[in-house]
Amino acid sequence: MTSLLEADGVSKGFPGVQALSDMHLELRHNEVLALVGENGAGKSTLMKLLTGALAPDAGHFRLDGEALDPHRSRDISIIHQEFNLMPDLTVAQNVYIGREPRTLGMFVNERRLNERTGQLLDRLGLPLDPRALVKDLTVARQQMVEIAKALSHDARVLIMDEPTAALNDAEVEVLHGLIRRFTGPDSGVIYISHRMEELKRVSDRITVIRDGRFVGTVATAEAELPQIISMMVGRELNTGATPVNVREDRPPVLRIDHLSTKSLLRDISFEVREGEILGVAGLMGAGRTELARAIVGADPVSAGTISVRGRTVRIKNPARAAALRIGYLSEDRKQFGLLLDQSVAANIAISALGQKLSRAGFVDDTKVRITAEDAVRTLKIKTPGVRQEARYLSGGNQQKVVVARWLAKECDLLIVDEPTRGIDVGAKEEIYQLLNDLAAQGRSIVMISSELPEILRMAHRVLVMSGGRLRGELSAAEATQERIMHLATSGATG
Amino acid sequence: MIARLQQLWAFAGLIVISIAFVIATPMFGTYGNIVNILFSTVVIGLLALGTTFVIVTGGIDLSIGTGMALCAVMSGTFVVTWGLPWPVGVLLAVLFGGLIGLINGFSTARLGLPPFIATLATMLVAQGLALVVSESTPIYFNDAPGYLLLSTGTIIPEFPNAVLVLIAATAVAAVLLRKSVLGRYAFAMGSNEEATALSGIDVTRWKIAVYTLAGLFTGLAGVMISARLGSAQPATGAGYELQAIAAVVIGGTSLSGGKGSIVGTVIGALIISVLNNGLQLLSIPQEWQNVILGIVILIAVYADMARRRTAVL
Repeated sequence: MTSLLEADGVSKGFPGVQALSDMHLELRHNEVLALVGENGAGKSTLMKLLTGALAPDAGHFRLDGEALDPHRSRDISIIHQEFNLMPDLTVAQNVYIGREPRTLGMFVNERRLNERTGQLLDRLGLPLDPRALVKDLTVARQQMVEIAKALSHDARVLIMDEPTAALNDAEVEVLHGLIRRFTGPDSGVIYISHRMEELKRVSDRITVIRDGRFVGTVATAEAELPQIISMMVGRELNTGATPVNVREDRPPVLRIDHLSTKSLLRDISFEVREGEILGVAGLMGAGRTELARAIVGADPVSAGTISVRGRTVRIKNPARAAALRIGYLSEDRKQFGLLLDQSVAANIAISALGQKLSRAGFVDDTKVRITAEDAVRTLKIKTPGVRQEARYLSGGNQQKVVVARWLAKECDLLIVDEPTRGIDVGAKEEIYQLLNDLAAQGRSIVMISSELPEILRMAHRVLVMSGGRLRGELSAAEATQERIMHLATSGATG
Repeated sequence: MIARLQQLWAFAGLIVISIAFVIATPMFGTYGNIVNILFSTVVIGLLALGTTFVIVTGGIDLSIGTGMALCAVMSGTFVVTWGLPWPVGVLLAVLFGGLIGLINGFSTARLGLPPFIATLATMLVAQGLALVVSESTPIYFNDAPGYLLLSTGTIIPEFPNAVLVLIAATAVAAVLLRKSVLGRYAFAMGSNEEATALSGIDVTRWKIAVYTLAGLFTGLAGVMISARLGSAQPATGAGYELQAIAAVVIGGTSLSGGKGSIVGTVIGALIISVLNNGLQLLSIPQEWQNVILGIVILIAVYADMARRRTAVL
């Protein structure tokens, strides 16, 4: 039997990098195929070839045994990590954009548009109102709009790139149900994700790629996690170590008293000690990012006090926070982290430029280069050079660049918000190692994360938030997934 | 690297246009005419230098044209009406330009107005004030010969001082944009202002600094144009801002910010001057010169975009 979609001997090179060499991929009918690989393994390039955004140097694709012209094919639909939706339009307008039913060939027939969308949504079992504005929807629901849009084309192959990165557990369940419903004798799904537990649940087979090459495909039922990971990274990973408690007598670096904001946060108090990694757990919308932004002065505080090393301070903007040696790494590296069209060196140097890397207002380019090259070496950032524009780096390497920025600045306290979101296991390990090293040097880390295993593994102490309030504090010894989830879901409505 | 390529493109364009004119008219390539071209680049060049910084941050400054006229009038007021020694008058006029920039910076960075609106308002205010202060009559610098020599004098024989001023200003601007912390922050803000702020940079302060710097160049342009004309003409100025922006854009600086270079801007300004000069020599009427300039801008920016597209793929 022919496979649904097949890639054979596909290669693609860019100046200085061979992104794919002799790539092989097979998606069967009625199958969910998971595609995994480290950052920079070539997944994005493969997707771009499949959708016709790029042309391969060699090799070809076949759909049902016939040569596929990705440029013209409507059979393949991709849902990107970042949505392509117009927030000010309705669900229906987004789904049928460019294909609106018309009256007299000129006017959009809004009524029929909504009907048609309603039927589509019913068929897919999606709980959406065709008339709702996309900007009013939650991230999970916006993703549903993307899925509806993709399926309205009657696509046969659906590619999903990190679809669960921004979803909570319940939403993930809904998504997986949807995927199951979509796959049939005539269709299949390619599912790209870094969340290993998830692949177990949703996929039939797992294809691993590394350094632009096909490594192997295993049936999910027979696959063992360590096996997959070692296929991905080409080595075994040490994942065990649990954190030890930080001695209580270490002095607090940051102390928050009764902090509130107009929007969400209510009466939050805690402190961070020297050399401590403080985990902040909670569900989406619990107020974790808001807390970080309020502390560094990115958003206004309406009540409460912040003290740094025992002195009460007023932090009116992130520049003030930086002067107090507090750094903040946003969860959204593209929007709030990177300078995409600037060089890796410029991205790494930006925070430290004002003090360490300049003299009398002029930049010391030699120092900038050395700092950047050091960071590239220590953090193993994959880039042809420090002059490369940040946009050309893969997600994990971009994340390392933003981390490097704050290492160059030398903060006493670093607030990291979802530091490993969207990056692969190997790079995750390196980030963990780095945070541990920083803590061992006496720096303090506040780590906001949605991944409980990460919190449990890294944090000396865990704060749990929900509904803009602190719901509890657990020591490393007390913290378990169950206890955290219990606190995170407590009073979420009240 | 990409910026350099664009400079090569703009530079190649400049050479091609120049060669075409050399072939078309023997007068074009004479020493006298080349100096002429450089001389006529000074005012647009100075305005374009300052505005490059603003455009690199992703902003725009529409107030530089009439701002320049107001600075010229202020210079006339300081030197002629108040009778201050001309070097003091020059300094004050340049600082006055800085004050205009400071106001622009405050409106955009602190009050959060879009740069287009904020500087449009300043443009109108400056246009009006220039007429108010001068009572709508030109101020002549007849009693300040030193002032006039700033432009037409020749420290180097047969080479007007105005061109030296432009060269010096270019060097200063290039060093500031490429080597100073201010320049780096300008690029960073133009790339991603929010990310720059979260990196611990006080973007409000630095943006005000950028607009103020641009204002200083406007002030200098006001001094140079009045020195060249021998008078401060309160009703001139409008339209210069668009020529300056055109020079910046032809030079490969991106209007969306984050990309740009001083060398490109100077080449852009030279392309405009060469076109104006060459077409004049060929007795092509002023109206047609504008038509041709417009087309050149279209081609230059389209070529830049096309190149960028291929670079991404």
